[in-house]
Amino acid sequence: MTGMGDTIANPINRRSMLAGSLVLGSATLALPRMVFARTAGSRNLLFMLLRGAADGLAMLAPVGDPGFAALRERTLPDYTAARRAQGFFAIHPALDQVGAAYERGEAVFVHAAATAYRERSHFDGQNLLETGGTQPYGLKDGWLNRLVTLAGEAHGAPPRALAIAPTMPLALRGSAPASSYAPSALPQASGDFMDRVARLYAGDGQLCALWAQAMETRAMAEGSDAGNLRDAKTAGELAASLMREEEGARIAMIELGGWDSHANQPVQFARSARQLDALLGAYRAAMGSAWDRTLVLVATEFGRTARFNGTNGTDHGTAGAAIAMGGAVAGRRVIADWPGLGERALHEGRDLAATTALESMLAGAAAEHFALDPKTAMARLFPGRIAAPLAGIVRG
Amino acid sequence: MSRDSIALNRFGYGLRWRETMSGAPVRSAEAALVAEMDRFDPRPPAIAAREDTSARAGEILELIRRNRNMRGRAERSAPATMGPQGRTAAMAGDAMGGPLAELPPDIRRAYLDGGRILRRDIALKVNLAARSDTPFIERLVHFWSNHFSVSAGKPGTQHQVGNHEFSAIRPRVLGRFSDLLKAAVLHPAMLLYLDQFQSAGPNSRFQRRVERTGPERGLNENLAREVLELHTLGVGGGYGQADVTEFARALTGWTISGLGRIERFAERRAGGASFVRFAHEPGTLRIMGQSYAQAGPDQALAVLDDLAAHPATARHVATKLARHFAGDDPPESLVARLERDFLGTGGDLASLARTLIASPEVWVTERVKYRAPFEWLISVLRLTGLEGLDDKRIAGALRELGQLPWRAPSPAGYDDLAGSWAGPDALVRRVELAERVARSVPAGGVLARAHSAFPGALSANTRVWLSRAESGTQALGLLLVAPEMMRR
Repeated sequence: MTGMGDTIANPINRRSMLAGSLVLGSATLALPRMVFARTAGSRNLLFMLLRGAADGLAMLAPVGDPGFAALRERTLPDYTAARRAQGFFAIHPALDQVGAAYERGEAVFVHAAATAYRERSHFDGQNLLETGGTQPYGLKDGWLNRLVTLAGEAHGAPPRALAIAPTMPLALRGSAPASSYAPSALPQASGDFMDRVARLYAGDGQLCALWAQAMETRAMAEGSDAGNLRDAKTAGELAASLMREEEGARIAMIELGGWDSHANQPVQFARSARQLDALLGAYRAAMGSAWDRTLVLVATEFGRTARFNGTNGTDHGTAGAAIAMGGAVAGRRVIADWPGLGERALHEGRDLAATTALESMLAGAAAEHFALDPKTAMARLFPGRIAAPLAGIVRG
Repeated sequence: MSRDSIALNRFGYGLRWRETMSGAPVRSAEAALVAEMDRFDPRPPAIAAREDTSARAGEILELIRRNRNMRGRAERSAPATMGPQGRTAAMAGDAMGGPLAELPPDIRRAYLDGGRILRRDIALKVNLAARSDTPFIERLVHFWSNHFSVSAGKPGTQHQVGNHEFSAIRPRVLGRFSDLLKAAVLHPAMLLYLDQFQSAGPNSRFQRRVERTGPERGLNENLAREVLELHTLGVGGGYGQADVTEFARALTGWTISGLGRIERFAERRAGGASFVRFAHEPGTLRIMGQSYAQAGPDQALAVLDDLAAHPATARHVATKLARHFAGDDPPESLVARLERDFLGTGGDLASLARTLIASPEVWVTERVKYRAPFEWLISVLRLTGLEGLDDKRIAGALRELGQLPWRAPSPAGYDDLAGSWAGPDALVRRVELAERVARSVPAGGVLARAHSAFPGALSANTRVWLSRAESGTQALGLLLVAPEMMRR
């Protein structure tokens, strides 16, 4: 790479090479061969963590709730032609492939859901969602790692677990064996990160001017989201390639950032949702026949304020939405004990109230998928949570 | 910036995360910097363990010469088969940029080997700075290495440029300037880079012999001119063309080891250079008003000693040091103080370092310097604790950022001005790299880390945006490109 002529002739190669060259490992994934018990061995679980608090009210909009129009009238046109879901909900149009899966009966939404966490810090909220405890930093290992142990106990050998990330996310840390792998083309600098840098520089004359100039040049040079969508699609295909074979990973995790939409939310949410959609669509297509035995759980650390703020965004809120998707899912349903969006129904007068424990969805779906006792799963994966695990997400 | 933050970031390479909570005794920022001078290890284990590559430069030059001779014979015997393409390949080797595949296998292997050694030395330099507990002195090493810039663009230099910094510069950064000058200028890397190795005195016995038998060699003024213009007196330092020519004559005979035909006449000198007496210009030479009657290698050494002590050199060095630590347009008061110190102590570099630490101009609270890419990357590695990158990735990152070590575009070294580094695309590259680095390391406690990295100097704006990040990873990425990280 040095001294022997420049390999970086064009900017596209430069970017992808940089992505691969510095921090992301080029080593191939070395997964030891293991024999699985039949029940666990054929089932796949992909856990997707949307970091930054994805807005459930945008993802699955309760367009039939009169409170929604009152709070978010300006976004109503976005849902005019959107796919409808059970009840009075509409699926955000950027989630095209998720919506198609819903209509095929391969996706379930869980709404007005939240973990035990009721505060508004991303760091604490993610810690709690990943450890599965009831207090941030109360547990040191992750619920997904404990699921590996639990499934191993039930079926004789722990399912192979893998984080598709350069470092092991907390949800997969723990005593059970888990590997991590990051491909070279992933991840690109995200649009959200670039936006935040712009705001970080807003008050700095020199950096602000440099940044504005750079963004102007980039806008002329390339389309805005094409790169990120390509990356998302690549990530989905990669996840599938690491899971669909018999010796592949059975439990995997992917993180997707970009959901903290304090400003310009309609644009920012749609951008992140398109990435999520591209990833899931590519994953489904690449899983082939293994899709029938697959469950994807998509969750985020908390919701967002029901009302828009002064910069056309929303701030940190409480309840949000989650998705279960896959050939193994008994779909075309919305699971929600809908609390309503009237002034008095809102949590602290500002957020969608939580009526379903997110943990009960995760534990219930995982238990059904891996043929585990749901109560045991709830107690082991999310100790201290007393909610009943949700039943019937996965086909019997 | 607070004094602690200045000591960390302006004098050093920033906080090294995880090592800050140790029970080191609390002392003033100034005392901590002075203490680094006693603690500095000029030859740490990583350098001591480095394989000796000093013979490789001569070997590869011999390979190329033999290949050229063979090619010449082939062309003479069968000119129709050796078209321009063959010549292009041979020249490409000299330029280091051409298609390696067209080179003869042994030369190609030698180049690839040189590239490997160069990458390893870059990684060695980076890791030393990233892990150092004497970052102020590491910064001085980097400063002087850039002052005596050598570039790995010519055959043989790839093996030597790392060696130049590690063995010629590093041990002398707290010594006397004259010793540093002699070691840096008369090192094989410099002798190769500035063409000195093939310069011969017009009246030397060597010259008289080759005039009868071989191609013209003669005097090369490149090194002499650059020493006067860049390394000692500076532009406008009062030298003329006659001084350049006479100094070039004084330097004749200084060459590298391992050149086949003259190797048996080569007298080994300290630092890996050789002296070939019969290529040296005989007689007394007159440079900058001084006469030099010394015989052989001592003549150039005497000239260098006098140049090192020249008032113009004191001014030149003081200005560059002041610019590096106190801003692109350094305060005249600081330049004058460093200049007086240099002249008063005979170029004692430890004294200059102490004067820098004691100078109020270096402790002004505004951030006075835009971090150059190398500095920024080292600070990123320190702040994240990112380790274990292989040689290719380190070199690749520095190339992307625009400041690959030992690849400066001219003998003047890399520029030390914000205008050269604060560009839009360069900034985006840092941002892209920062996000990727942040994704590859544990990202806990970012706000606490930010406060430790910029004690008493973290802006409210940065604090706000770090605390609003949607994940620890994102917060760390933002910290790596925050205004506090871009300037020191």
